[in-house]
Amino acid sequence: MEIPVDRRYSNEHEWALLEDDGTVRIGISEFAQHELGDVIFVETPAVAARVTKGENMGEIESVKAVSDLFSPVTGEVVEINADIKSRPELVNEDPYAGGWLVRVKPDDAGELDSLLDPAAYKSITE
Amino acid sequence: MIQQPLLSTPLYDLHVELGCRMVPFAGYNMPVQYQSILGEIKAVREGVGIFDVSHMGRFFIDGTDARALLNWVHTANINDEMPFGRARYGLLCKRDGGIIDDGIVYRMSEDVYMLIANAGNSAKVFDWLTYWRNERFPEARINDSTTHISMIAVQGPKAIELVASISEFDPDLVRPFRVTRCLVDERPAMVARTGYTGEDGVEIMPHAGDSPRLWKKLIAAGAVPCGLGARDILRLEAALLLHGSDMDETVNPIEAGLERFVAMDTDFCGKEAVEAVLKKGKQRQLVGFRTIERGTVPRSHAPILVEMSAIGEVASGAFSPTLDMNIGLGYVPNRFAAPGTALTIEVRGKFLDAVVVPLPFYSRPSP
Repeated sequence: MEIPVDRRYSNEHEWALLEDDGTVRIGISEFAQHELGDVIFVETPAVAARVTKGENMGEIESVKAVSDLFSPVTGEVVEINADIKSRPELVNEDPYAGGWLVRVKPDDAGELDSLLDPAAYKSITE
Repeated sequence: MIQQPLLSTPLYDLHVELGCRMVPFAGYNMPVQYQSILGEIKAVREGVGIFDVSHMGRFFIDGTDARALLNWVHTANINDEMPFGRARYGLLCKRDGGIIDDGIVYRMSEDVYMLIANAGNSAKVFDWLTYWRNERFPEARINDSTTHISMIAVQGPKAIELVASISEFDPDLVRPFRVTRCLVDERPAMVARTGYTGEDGVEIMPHAGDSPRLWKKLIAAGAVPCGLGARDILRLEAALLLHGSDMDETVNPIEAGLERFVAMDTDFCGKEAVEAVLKKGKQRQLVGFRTIERGTVPRSHAPILVEMSAIGEVASGAFSPTLDMNIGLGYVPNRFAAPGTALTIEVRGKFLDAVVVPLPFYSRPSP
């Protein structure tokens, strides 16, 4: 299962990618989308909302069940992916790019270092 | 609690080999999803999908009392003018009208009938049949054939054409709610023109040992293998009730909206209770609703509110890909049952606006 090496991962199967502008793009992993099955609705926090590392920031509904979304970083939401409102299937089809969920301006970008690196994340998905 | 080992259908090894995701259901290890539940639903609505439903109970009832036994335990009219090869849907009720199970009775020949029960209720149905045989209908024999024959549902607008291409099945003779015996992929099978998806199609019952080759043959002929996840949404879209969710021993057929499957001109177990409900009027009834927003899905057990007071709970609820909206069923007091009535569904502290709609949610386009 694909695990890009350019980002970090949480135990709850979210990924966090540090962008050039210092913001962190967040999504769910290939493993997570596969476990969930067809995604039909994502409830994300609003722009300007505060999110806290390890705490609930929304829900992801698949055909089968609903799951909580946890933020992998602490900070302020600066953008949400408008495309997944009309095309939630992007989370399944392209979890690491077009199916991203939110972009957060982190209080401390160093917080990413405490997340799992790709090798460590791979080990929890096996 | 004692954990019983899971049973498996004769197709289990093949499902695993084909990469299907398996889950425990009604005591069986069953296929829930082959690829994508949404993809499987689309295949059934637009083409043809196949389902392993071998977990369902298949009982043969024969002997000179067979007809009378079935007429007593089942709410449909099994007594007269039910010709060979006909099938009738109905309910098995307790004396108080509570629904033990729902199922289809097929007349196979003069004194041979088949009753198909829900997997989770199979043992209970067998005991119920046996009780009444011993009590009143000694000349009936009840044979549980669940493990000897498999059952594969082939459903969708292209199902009949596909089945005809690999069998001697004649769709002009075997119309909906009829059953026949014929060769399917050169092996003997029963073929019933029934299903649980809202589409045209059949349920093929071959010998257990012939089912893996038939499953492969159907896939090779273009059928999409589907799991129970898709089946549950397909049946909800068509407003086909699920026993255990949408009805059980605490509701009667009238409350469940199944009046048309109760033959009041015959004598069946529970008839007096049903008559009393018809006379007095039902207190609550099963209604369909949809949510106004597409977002959060109202699922089973979510409270249904009117003016912030709970008036019922969701029996079945799901996102319907065919209609692109969230749909559900639930019991509400009569005064909230009219289509157009505004309801609120509470889901994890959120309040979803919903409205009562007529059933079914989906009916297939006329050919």
